[in-house]
Amino acid sequence: MRPVDASSLYLINGMGIETFFQYIIAGITYGTIYAIVAIGFNIIYNATGIINFAQGEFVMLGAMTAVTLNEYMPLPAAIICAVIITMAVGALIETLFIRWLKNPAVLRLTIITIGLSILIRETALHIWGAGVRSLPYFTGTAVTTISIGDVLVSPQILWVIGVSGIMVLILSFFFNYTLAGKQMRACASNSNAARLCGINAKNMVSLSFILSAGIGALAGCVVCPITYVQYDSGTSLAIKGFTVAILGGLGNSTSAIAAGMILGIMESFSIWIMPTAYKDVIAITLLLLILFVRPSGLFGNAETSRLKEF
Amino acid sequence: MLRNKNFQIGLLAFIVIAVQLMITFTGKTPYLTQLTMTGYYSMVIIGLTLLMGYTGQISLGHAGFFAIGGYTSALLTTFNMLPYRSKPLISLLENVGVLTLRKDLYEMDILTVTPWAACIAAVILSVLIAWIIGRPVLKLKGHYLAMATLGFGTIIYKIVLATTFLGAADGLSDIPGFSLFPGLEVSGKSSIRIENYYIAWGLVIVSMILLTNLIHSRVGRALRSIHAAEDASNAMGVNTAQYKLKIFILSAALASLGGVFLTHFNGGIGPSEASIMKSVRYVAIVAIGGMANLWGALFMGVLLNFLSLRGYLGSFDDAVFGAILIIIMLFAPDGLLNKDLFTGIWFKLKRLAWKKVNTE
Amino acid sequence: MKGLRFLTAFLLCSLIAVPVTAANNEPIKIGAILGVTGPAANLGKPEANTLEMLTADINKKGGINGRKIQLIIKDSAASPEKAISFAKQLIDEDKVIAIIGPSTSGESMKIKGIADDGKTILLSCAAAEAIVVPVKKYIFKTPQNDRFAAMKIFYQMNKMGIKEIAVLSSNTGFGNAGKQQLETIAPQYGINIVANEVYDKEATDLSAVITKVKTAGAQAIVNWSIEPAQSIVIKNARQALGPDFPIFQSHGFGNINYVKAAGPAADGVIFPAGRLLIADILPNTNKQKPVLLKYKKSYEALYKEEASTFGGHAYDAFAILVEGIKKAGTDNEKLRNEIENMKGLVGTAGIFNFSPADHNGLNMDSFVMLTVKNGKFVPLPDTPVKKK
Repeated sequence: MRPVDASSLYLINGMGIETFFQYIIAGITYGTIYAIVAIGFNIIYNATGIINFAQGEFVMLGAMTAVTLNEYMPLPAAIICAVIITMAVGALIETLFIRWLKNPAVLRLTIITIGLSILIRETALHIWGAGVRSLPYFTGTAVTTISIGDVLVSPQILWVIGVSGIMVLILSFFFNYTLAGKQMRACASNSNAARLCGINAKNMVSLSFILSAGIGALAGCVVCPITYVQYDSGTSLAIKGFTVAILGGLGNSTSAIAAGMILGIMESFSIWIMPTAYKDVIAITLLLLILFVRPSGLFGNAETSRLKEF
Repeated sequence: MLRNKNFQIGLLAFIVIAVQLMITFTGKTPYLTQLTMTGYYSMVIIGLTLLMGYTGQISLGHAGFFAIGGYTSALLTTFNMLPYRSKPLISLLENVGVLTLRKDLYEMDILTVTPWAACIAAVILSVLIAWIIGRPVLKLKGHYLAMATLGFGTIIYKIVLATTFLGAADGLSDIPGFSLFPGLEVSGKSSIRIENYYIAWGLVIVSMILLTNLIHSRVGRALRSIHAAEDASNAMGVNTAQYKLKIFILSAALASLGGVFLTHFNGGIGPSEASIMKSVRYVAIVAIGGMANLWGALFMGVLLNFLSLRGYLGSFDDAVFGAILIIIMLFAPDGLLNKDLFTGIWFKLKRLAWKKVNTE
Repeated sequence: MKGLRFLTAFLLCSLIAVPVTAANNEPIKIGAILGVTGPAANLGKPEANTLEMLTADINKKGGINGRKIQLIIKDSAASPEKAISFAKQLIDEDKVIAIIGPSTSGESMKIKGIADDGKTILLSCAAAEAIVVPVKKYIFKTPQNDRFAAMKIFYQMNKMGIKEIAVLSSNTGFGNAGKQQLETIAPQYGINIVANEVYDKEATDLSAVITKVKTAGAQAIVNWSIEPAQSIVIKNARQALGPDFPIFQSHGFGNINYVKAAGPAADGVIFPAGRLLIADILPNTNKQKPVLLKYKKSYEALYKEEASTFGGHAYDAFAILVEGIKKAGTDNEKLRNEIENMKGLVGTAGIFNFSPADHNGLNMDSFVMLTVKNGKFVPLPDTPVKKK
């Protein structure tokens, strides 16, 4: 029953090449999930300087809503509706809790988002209960695999990678080539100057919340068949997403993807050497070490990171 | 008069005694149990207020220090060394009085570290850890600092959860009482409820004396200058890094001391004490109390922890907590017990009354 | 909404019932410490629901010996410190006759001493054997011992000729207790654990762990957890190891939601469980069948969700208590003696036979081996012994 036969190429003691790639694939799966959450963090951070701790809850809300809607409509429609509903929630949150504050300190807003994340989670518990839910696989079923050489990959992972890739492309297009995107970037770098140029900074903040809620919800729907969802799954995703956002250097979505991959693969290989129980310990210790050496993140710029502080 | 720190401490002592008398007279003595537990959590909160409010450094990992204290003491006072009794080191420790022979829950003989030694070891360990991680962590700023402390908290939580001899998810149980000196023991026995209430709050009062003196000293002024403008105070010759590190270590020591005492009082500790949610709650209480307001944080901490530990909030415990957090941050970002807030409300009320009188 | 309707029904019932019971008959206070919210909510919630349902039921019928039951449920959110605080409250202030719960082993271990000192009966709904071994005078528990589940699994493995296994468990009290039992008992059945991994209860993907298992050369996987991760394990294992690889689960798998979540991957998973899950298809001669069906039907009618074995543990605790009070009244000492010597009580987990040496009262027979077929729980067909 030993799957590693003697003929296969051994890279390091006991590890065949296909096992090596199996770990890489697992790492990429983790990494993409983290990165996709991190991108949501970055959008709001860029527009406001806030770390939105409720980002994980957007992911959970999107998936939960899609699961509920999927009982009444086909999957694609359910996902689209779930994304729209979550975007509405994002807009609502921004109007109720952020928009009308005059010159709020960033720390204050960040703490508000912590409160929001707790509230959304508890509301979800009272609406949906504690049970686990999931969406069906987009292609095939839970047991379908595609083999690339000897490496087995679930098609859903390709969906996750594909959707995140497209999302990043669309986002970079949006931020670089559309007026709204450019306005958002202007607000991010200097909101006073942007206002003087006639940009409505408040609307940009709303837009950033709507956008990141939508991205979070879509991410939630795509990863849901792999990770499942229950009322409290947002929190741990948010912590990982935050970690990745910081590791990549806050505000930069492309480096968030790279950082996500690094963290994911690090976690995956830590399982190979160490008991799985210490997976997070190893990943976060390495992260802290990186942070100590490069206090602005792996790809972050020391100058720009100084601009945004509490 | 309210500005006078001696008066403030005196008032706290008076309230502590008054509460006990009131509770005893109304026959609600069991309430003291939760008030005692609240006292120990207050140790974390006042330490964290000093760190967050006076040096402007956020820590999302203080539950970690509480857990280091609690777990170290719990492990040392329950780990049976009887099988190693013949080893020279163990017998030396036993002769010095660090180890003690006692009976466990099932009347078996076990040889464990005395609570006093365990307590000292626990505090030393957390001070050491705070010192090691404090240096690089406190160099970070803003969200990066938040991330690093969150990371530290997560590491402690996951280690506790993953380690078998720390009881993994079950935590450690059957921890003996902590005999401070003959006749006075930290333990949850209902016969010594009043004594334990005073131990807990005595500890809080002593810490408050320490902290208020610190704030009103040269150190305090230096701290406030760090919060206001770190670079400027650096230029004025204040060694900001050194001050920040010292305060970080002090707050870690206070947190771990709280952990040690609560663990002996409860007779057990579980991983939930180290969880991120706990750290977030501590930060939130400091924020609700008004950041640089020791008294505000102490009051809010007691109020919220007491309600939570009594189970008054039921299944809405976290939800109520989140709601309070949002409301305070929206409407009273300087904390609920803020002088300006009260005078502001007072002023508005007066104006309202004035209007009413005029329209009539 | 459900709660509200329930409450009104409850209030109406108590209004009607007031004149029947004599005014001097005070209600019997029963406490419960359950993790209704927080990490153990999937245990605590059905437990709380069950207790509320049973209390309303008994009170509608006029209570026990003419006395109503007053149920005080405290939500500990699975935090030991809250459980400790609540236990003291229930014992010192509310002066309850017994405490049902807590839902997790960690909490149960913490309040064991408090309940025993306070001479209050504790009927734990957590599985760890350490709760009742060694026996403490006032401490009982209703879930089956993990040891029995492990033995059932190993027995089945022996039949299938499996020698090398991988043990996976979550970093929760449930996972930890099961892991320890598997480690202890495996040698007795000649089974060798080649990989032993604990994963995070919030894990989102476990394919790397499965890869490790694959490299270790295990012939089967035993997974021990109560979280959604147990469905993730199955799915990842099926993807990497194929549809016929033997996967065993603990009795924590006894919740149809996990099967639904895993979809077709769940088919063929083997696990031990109480008979609640297959109540409908039990032979009519089975003594437990009427009890199981009654609980299942009334629970599902009231709460519109599938009854789980965890709610069953609370049901058993309540049934034991009611039976005891009926016979021995509400004197602590007498009630305790009554429960300790209770024999043949038919519960959802099995038939309870308590004794001074056994405060769990169940035996290995309380578990049956089940498997999943087309998304449904069915009894495992008898496996012919494989010869090697």
